[in-house]
Formats: sequence, structure tokens, C-alpha cells
Amino acid sequence: MNRFALAHARTIADAAARATTTVADAMTAARSNATRPASLIKAGGIDVLDLMKENLLAPDMLVSLRDVAGLDTITEAPDGGLRIGAMVTLGALAAHDMVRRRYPALAAALAGAASPQIRHVATLGGNLLQRPRCWYFRAAAFHCLRKGGGHCFAISGESQYHAIFDNRPCAIVHPSSAASVLVALDAAIELVDADDTIRRLPLASFFVAPGRDTERENDLRPREILTAILLPPPAAGLCTAYLRQGERSAFDWPLAEVAVALVRNEESLCVHAVIVLGAAAPVPYRAQAAEAALLGRRVDDNAARAAARAAMEGATPLPRNGYKLPLFEALVHRAIMAAVAETL
Amino acid sequence: MTDEVTPEVAPDVAPDVAPRVETFAAGIVGVKLGTVARQIAPDEPPPLPPNDQLSVIGQPVPRVDGRAKVTGAMRFTVDVAMPGMLHARILRSPLPHARVRRVDSSAAARLPWVRAVIVVARPDDPAHAVLRYVGAPVAAVAAVSPGAAEEALRLIHVDYAPQPFIADMDAARAPGAPSVHDAISLPAGHPSGWPAPQDLPVAGNVRGPAISGRGDIATGFAQAEVIVEGEYRTEVQTHCCLEPHAIVADWRADGLTVHMSTQFTAGVRAELAEAFNLPLSRVRVVVGGMGGGFGSKSSLGTYGYLAVALSRAAGLPVRLVLDREEEQTDAGNRPATWQTVRIGARRDGTLTALSVVSYGTAGVAVGAGIGNFAEQTYVCPNFRAMQHDVFINAGPGCAMRGPGNTPGAFALEQAIDDLAERLALDPIALRDRIDASPVRREERRIGAARIGWGQRHAPGADPGPVKRGIGMAQSLWMANVHLNAACAVRIVRDGSVTVMSGIQDIGTGTRTVLAQTVAEVFGLRAEDIVVRIGDTDFPAGPPSYGSRATASITPPARTAAWHVLRQLCSEAARMLNVGADDLIAREGRLIVRDDPARGLALAEVAARLRTEGIGAVAARSDDYGGFRRRMGDAALAQQDLGGVQFAAVAVDTETGIVRVERVVAVQDCGRPINPLLLESQVQGGVLMGLSYALFENRILDQATGRMVNPNLEQYKLAGAADSPEIDVVILENYQGQSATDAYGIAEPANIATAPAIANAVYNAIGVRPRSLPMTPAAILHLLGKSPAGSRVS
Repeated sequence: MNRFALAHARTIADAAARATTTVADAMTAARSNATRPASLIKAGGIDVLDLMKENLLAPDMLVSLRDVAGLDTITEAPDGGLRIGAMVTLGALAAHDMVRRRYPALAAALAGAASPQIRHVATLGGNLLQRPRCWYFRAAAFHCLRKGGGHCFAISGESQYHAIFDNRPCAIVHPSSAASVLVALDAAIELVDADDTIRRLPLASFFVAPGRDTERENDLRPREILTAILLPPPAAGLCTAYLRQGERSAFDWPLAEVAVALVRNEESLCVHAVIVLGAAAPVPYRAQAAEAALLGRRVDDNAARAAARAAMEGATPLPRNGYKLPLFEALVHRAIMAAVAETL
Repeated sequence: MTDEVTPEVAPDVAPDVAPRVETFAAGIVGVKLGTVARQIAPDEPPPLPPNDQLSVIGQPVPRVDGRAKVTGAMRFTVDVAMPGMLHARILRSPLPHARVRRVDSSAAARLPWVRAVIVVARPDDPAHAVLRYVGAPVAAVAAVSPGAAEEALRLIHVDYAPQPFIADMDAARAPGAPSVHDAISLPAGHPSGWPAPQDLPVAGNVRGPAISGRGDIATGFAQAEVIVEGEYRTEVQTHCCLEPHAIVADWRADGLTVHMSTQFTAGVRAELAEAFNLPLSRVRVVVGGMGGGFGSKSSLGTYGYLAVALSRAAGLPVRLVLDREEEQTDAGNRPATWQTVRIGARRDGTLTALSVVSYGTAGVAVGAGIGNFAEQTYVCPNFRAMQHDVFINAGPGCAMRGPGNTPGAFALEQAIDDLAERLALDPIALRDRIDASPVRREERRIGAARIGWGQRHAPGADPGPVKRGIGMAQSLWMANVHLNAACAVRIVRDGSVTVMSGIQDIGTGTRTVLAQTVAEVFGLRAEDIVVRIGDTDFPAGPPSYGSRATASITPPARTAAWHVLRQLCSEAARMLNVGADDLIAREGRLIVRDDPARGLALAEVAARLRTEGIGAVAARSDDYGGFRRRMGDAALAQQDLGGVQFAAVAVDTETGIVRVERVVAVQDCGRPINPLLLESQVQGGVLMGLSYALFENRILDQATGRMVNPNLEQYKLAGAADSPEIDVVILENYQGQSATDAYGIAEPANIATAPAIANAVYNAIGVRPRSLPMTPAAILHLLGKSPAGSRVS
């Protein structure tokens, strides 16, 4: 890891002004313009320091957001939703009473992420913006497509933990478990730049698929800070579930994860269905065929199984990750049944 | 065991002193305990009674250094700091196979903060010009800080000529595969680590077979009424010691001192003396606290050699600590294997033939065999093993906790279960028929009761997607003893007692075991004994590998303590006006046996000593009754070490997840010195075996030969949440073979776990997991649920 300066920003505008570039830009610019000083935002520091230790990033300065007031609070919005500051830690969010009561799927996703030590430090903003865990991407020796190289090593290589959907020309999976649930809950985000201009957009449209750009996972712009995540109030009758399966029981990345949000009408027919798969694609993946299979139907075991089968439509597994198809199918089925069981 | 055994003549009793015959406890406590008469040398202590008659040995004494470890007070090699100490880093090959055309280290050497540079890959030296795996050392530098050393590495320019390479064992066996070795680099050795036969054939990347056997295998199969055959695969497991390989070398004009995280101080000293042409007396190897060693810290290693050479070149102490990627790629590993097992039997279960053909890869090294598990565990008149090493362009393997036997048992114990099913026999009933070991028979009986073997049901019987199963497997390991093992015991005028040996405590509890052994002799508590070990300035210690440390060092510790006690008793006898033989040591006093009120505190006697203290040194004598085999400093005791493990698993047939819910481990190690430490050792063995079974896998990218998971995030080790309930039972199995009758446990505790889990998985789902690790991908593939064309890595 290189030597670097650590600065503490006092305001968001200050931080945005001092951070010259984004992590994604710094990683691809490193080769072409190595002499230009780079300063980067540090939230919890979990991912940016990992990248530095892996010799993938060598910024001159890190600008910490820790002293910026108001970024680590959770407040109830006037509409009954939640505004979660980007610096709220995963641990604090998982333990928050309102999150546990109103958004149990989010609490479940956060509580199972990483380890207690990491959850104590890692922030929700950093979690959403972290770079992928692909082992080719994470090793300096592989100059892969996502780092500005010409080739995805995973597609023809060791692809067991990689994407089964939208996996060309790069087969990463999105690393954030929180992202899958937040997309299922129709969350929005707020970004602020150095002029204090606020940009607000649905989280789902913030992510960037490889088809659009292989060198970034989201649309964060230089000198822009992710400040808050906005959750709408839960719709009447909303039932949710989140399930993940890793190889290890704890402290492991998921092989597959599923977030489900359903609403049924008085006749018990499904009128709203969002099913998001994590560890399935380069961005949180909406299983629209599965959603369609539930809409207008009574959500019973048969319907859940049919939806789970439909969820795998269009999958393009790589040679070593075909096992993810039956695994996802099982988890989608179980997550749907868990969601409706919760509100019985 | 019989109650009466004819006295046997110990082989190295000197003819001019009269041996004596003593009666020792023999047999398994709680099963059948008798006696055995042994002829022993006159300077051996009297027989040690069974543990229930002792006050310190056999007690669950907490680790004497436990508090220091959990409070951070323990000093490890990485904590050693010296004035002027330099930091070394190694430049490593980025390519799996390359000829080095030129190495230019002049820019690095010119940096003012660089004090020494050594080039390992020398173009003009045919033995060192070719690099054969990613991570192979190219050069090393010593600089004033680790960062400065890193920077210097970046200034070393190497011109590599890439060569064709092969990183897959199956592909390496194919005709026309790129050759890993040439005539100069081809390593010697036996696939199972034994002394190499001189004439093993080499064809391409395949070396072997090394053939061992008995009887006639063709006749055996002709006699068989039932034949089972199966192929089994195991993957590479890396050592993952919590403490990395580390050394601080201090070369001075009057001699060399090396602090090293090592399993064998005396061995490293001998290697250093030879490599640097120094008298043994001018080389000192020291180790304090140690964070584990599973075989990879047994010798000096290239990194150790480089640290010393850099210190010599710079004239300053040099610290070299491997980082986790170096640990994963160039610090040894358990080789992968592919085995074909074929067993012939009669309908009653009697084995008529057993054949194993193995191909294994230790990367560029040899030693990927299957040990002696298949050869020796079961009674079978006709046996043949054909073991091959296959070379690939990957980091060298080395011995790792139960080398050979661990992958060997994974295959054979499943094959035996296969046979039981074909014969419609219970797996335990079949083993009762074909396993001659009376110890394992008891272990099977005890373990079966504790796991609830009687409730075992047919595969797939559970309703719902989660299927439960119970399986068992056996362990076999050699009862190794190291004869170049000695201990000094000293008492000084205040009555305090010190035990000293070059032996190291790698985390197993050797300090505690030594304290207990000596305390028992003096009638003291373990915490009263000062233990000074891990330093070659003390009498030579045995290695802490091959499950031999306790077996090798506790007998001389007890003998030396007994010699000191005898001298003290002579002093005290004069003071009390009794015979020395009338005195016994109890609770810090020497008391008259028949009049316990009369006696003297140890300190009172010691205060009268003519000199500041008295001491004695004792070396490991031969086992009473002799050894089975002896090779230089190493010897094999008469008996084997056993162990039987049972696993209860739950397999989710929809997600492929295997959870091990419970393990019962019934183990034997002669006399148990400390049940608490033994339980800890067995738990460690079970967890390492579980991790091997379910998670661990060194994954090489086939296009580059590079390991893609060289860290502890993506190389998966079992964690706390994956740990089953572990029920440990330690037999007391006396044989009267040494002053303590203690033998080892580390390796036997690891060997049976993976096959027990595999047999349990089979019992759960009715499909046999013949490959490791049993990941969700592997289980879903086995169950036929993955799409056609899917591959499991």
C-alpha cells in the first residue's frame, strides 16, 4: 500500500471539492495518467483500503467523510419512509428498530453481511459503491476488461462465483447484498456535488450494466458524494423476504441471494411483485419473468415454484457456475413462501 | 493385550550394566487393563502407574502460556526486533514457466536504503535459470523498511523467456503435454515421502509408479466373490498457519543466531550449519511463541536461506515475513490426488484383494502419494499400490498433517462403505471383521453408541429437501518417536525447578505437557515448573511433526527429573537419617513413605546443595520392548495410532449445502498426559478435516497458472459458524513402552474426518461424494441438478 494523506472534510461540498475523482475512474486512469494526483472519498474505508492493499489504487489523498455532520443518521421522512445517511454503518442499520419492524428483509440482508467487525465499520454508502469481488478484478496481475484491459478472464476461466445473467462482456456479480433488497424496496438515492446541487434517482437506475460501460458499476460522477438512501413507506400489505446462501455459514460472499417484495389484494391475488437476484448479474437483477408469473395469481407453493422456474429464464451460465440455476430456483421459491408466510 | 507378557530384551541396554524387569500397566482402561513385564535399563525411572493414581499427569491442566496468548503478551517471531534490523522481501516469478535471460538488480542495489540484494534466478546457472511456478523466488532484497524493500523489488528488471506450461494434473499426464522438469531439475523422492527407490520411471510429467504390495493381486481378485471399484479425487489444501512463516537472521562474526517460526529448531540448525559451512556450535536457532505449523515449517526453506544470506551480505539482522499470498503459493501444500480403489472380498466380508492406483500432484515437487492407510489398516493378504507423482507448474507441496493417509483414507474408507453396502453388511460390522486392531474395535463401539448409530436410516428417508445422515471412518498413523531428543532438568537452592529442551511448542501445548511431566516427579504443580524451550542452546529437541513431540520428549523429561530427584533424596536421606529409597516426593516435600509426617520441603533440601543447583540431562531411550523399525534418529513404535470418527450431517438437496451437525471423535495416544490439550488437538484436527471436506481448494487459473484465491477471503476455511458440536473421547491405552508411555494425536485426529463426512453425506442422499471439496456446486452436480455441460472446478 502506498503512502497517502488523510484529510477530514467538514461539509459535503468540501468533500466533493477535494475528491478529484471516483474510485472507478482512478483505477482506469492510473495507467494513462499516473502522475496526476488523485484524491478519493473514504467512508468506512473497507473497500478503498482493500483496493490499495491489493495495489489496484494508489491515491495521494483520502478525504474522510467521518466528520461531516448528518451523514450517519436515520430519520423518518414526512411520507413515512426512511432517510438513511450514507455513513450509517451496516451494523447500526441492521439494529435500528424501525428498519427491523418495517423493512425486515433489509435488516436480514445487513445482519448476514461480512462479519460483525466489518459491519461495525462499513457504511451503507460504501457498501453500495464497493467494487466487485471478482478474483481476476481483484488481482493486479490480471489486466481485465473492468480495469481497462481487453479481456474478461472469468468467462473462459474460473467462473464459479460469477454471473449467470448478462455476463457478457464482463461476468462480475454486484457485490452489495443491501443493493438487492433496496432495489426490491424501490429505494432512491441522493447525490450531492461540490455546488451543493442535489441529484435524486431510483437506486435501480444508478447501476451501470457492462453493456453500457464495463469500467464502472454505477453512475457516480467525479466530485459527487452519495449522501443518503431514501426508502419509501412500505405499501399496505407489503410482505418481503431476503434469503442468501453462501458456501460458509458466515463471513462469506453469497453464491445466490434473493429479495422479494409482494403485495396481495383482498382476494389474496398478487398485485405487486418485485423479485431481485443478487450474485446473479453485474447489477442487481430483476427477475421479471418470475414477477409476471406471480402477478394476478394466488401465491401458493405451486405459484412460487412456477415463479422460481421462470426466474431462471434467459440465464446464460458459464462452464463452472451452472449450479447457480438450481440454487437460485430453490432460493426464489423459498423466499416467496417466506414473504407470504410472514404476513399470515 | 494379555495379562502376562514374556519380558523382552531392550535392544540398546549396555551389556555392562544390569537391566531390571518391571511390571507395567497394559491395556485399555475401562475395557481390559492388565500388566506387561518389561526389561528396562537401570537408569530408567520406575513404571508410571495409570493416570488415576497420578496427581498432575492426566489432569486437565490449563495451557501454561494460555494467559500470555490471549492477552497478547506472548512474543512471536514476527515480534522480534533488533537494533539496525533490516526488512527483506522476495521478488517472485509472475509466470508459471520461464527461462530467465537476464536479471538486472543494479538500480535496486544503488538505492541508499537497500543494504543487500541476492539474485536467485541466475541465467548462467542451469540449475537456477528456469522458474517453474508463479511465485518462484527470483531475487531478494534487504532494506531499511518493508516499504523500501518493496520499492527495491520494483527496480529489479528481469527478462523472462516464457516457456510452455501446464497447470492441470489430468492434462499434464497427456502425451505431448509441456514438460515441467528437465533432467537437472527433476526432484527425487517417493510419492508417499519415504526414501526413494533409485529407479522410478519417468514418462513426461509422470514419475512412478512406486509399487508396494504383498501376496498376489491377480489371485486375490480371482478369489473374490464381490468386487467394488471407485475413483476418488482430493484437491490441494494449503497450510494457512495463522502465524506466517517468519525469520529474523542475525549473522555475526562469532556465529549465527536465527529466530524462526519453526517446527524443528535442531533440524534448522543442522541445515544452516551445512548450507553456510558453519560449526553446529556456532549456529543457534530460537523460537518463542508459535502460531501453528502443519508440516510447512519443518525445514529452513528457501526464504529462510535467503534471510540468512542477506544478513551475511549486509552485516545486519534481517527480518523476513511471508505475506498471505506467499503463504498460499510458495509455502507448501497438501497435494491433490486422483485414486482408483479396487477391493475384492468374499461374501462374508473377508478381503481377498486390495489395489490402489494413485496419481497425485505436489506441483513441481514429489510426495503426492497416499501413505500407508490402504496398505495397513485392514487385513488383506493380497495388496498392491501403484503411486505416481505428476508434475505441474504450481508451487511445491510438502508434508501436511497426516500426509498421504489423509487423502488415502478419504478414498479407502468410502470404498469400504461401498463394499459393506454391496455385501448388505453394516459398515461397522464389516470393519469388525476385517480390522485386526483391538483399539479401533473399542473406538468403533464407543463412537457408535455416542453418535446414535442405531438410529441411522436409509438414504433419503427424511421428508422434505433436507436429508440427514450418519457416517464413520477410521484413522491410522504411525506412532513415531525421535531418538535425538533430550531434556535437562535442574533444581536450584530455593527449590525452584526448570526444564530445558530445544523442543518448540507450536501451539500444541508442549510447554504444559513438559511442566506436568516434571511436576509429577517432584510432587509439585505444573505451574511451579519453569519451562524453557525453543532454543538450540538447550539439549536437542525433537521435531514437532509426525505426531512425535510428546512421545519423544516426555520420557526423557521424566527420566531427567527422576535423576535429579534421586540426588535430592540422597541429600535428604542423610538429613533425615533414613534410606534414600524410603523417600517420596509429594506436595513440594520429600517425605518418608511409611511415616508421612516426617519430611523436608524441597527448598530445605535444595538449600543444602553443595553447588547452586543440580541438574540432569536425559535422552530418549528406545521403547521398552524395542521398535518396529528404526531409521537414523527416527523410529516407529510397535503399535499404530488409531482413531475412529463419526459425523452426523444435514444435506440440503435443493441448495447443495452440507452442514456437519455433530462429530464424535474417539482417539488413542497411549497415555493421555493432558485431556484438555488433547481435546483441543482433536477439535483442531476435526475442524481442519471438515474444512478440507467442505471448503478448501487451491484454484489455479488455467490460462495463466496463477492461483486466483491466494488470500483468506477467497480461499475458504471453515469458520466458527461452520463448526459442529465435537464430542471427543480419548482412550487410555497403556503399553508400558517408555517412561511416560505417551504417544501422539495431531495427525490421527485429522485423517478420518473427511471420509466420515463423505460417508455421512452418502447416508443422507444416496449418492457418493467421490471428490473434494463437497461444495454446493459439487453436491448439486452429484444430484444431477446442474444443467448439462456444467463443470465442477
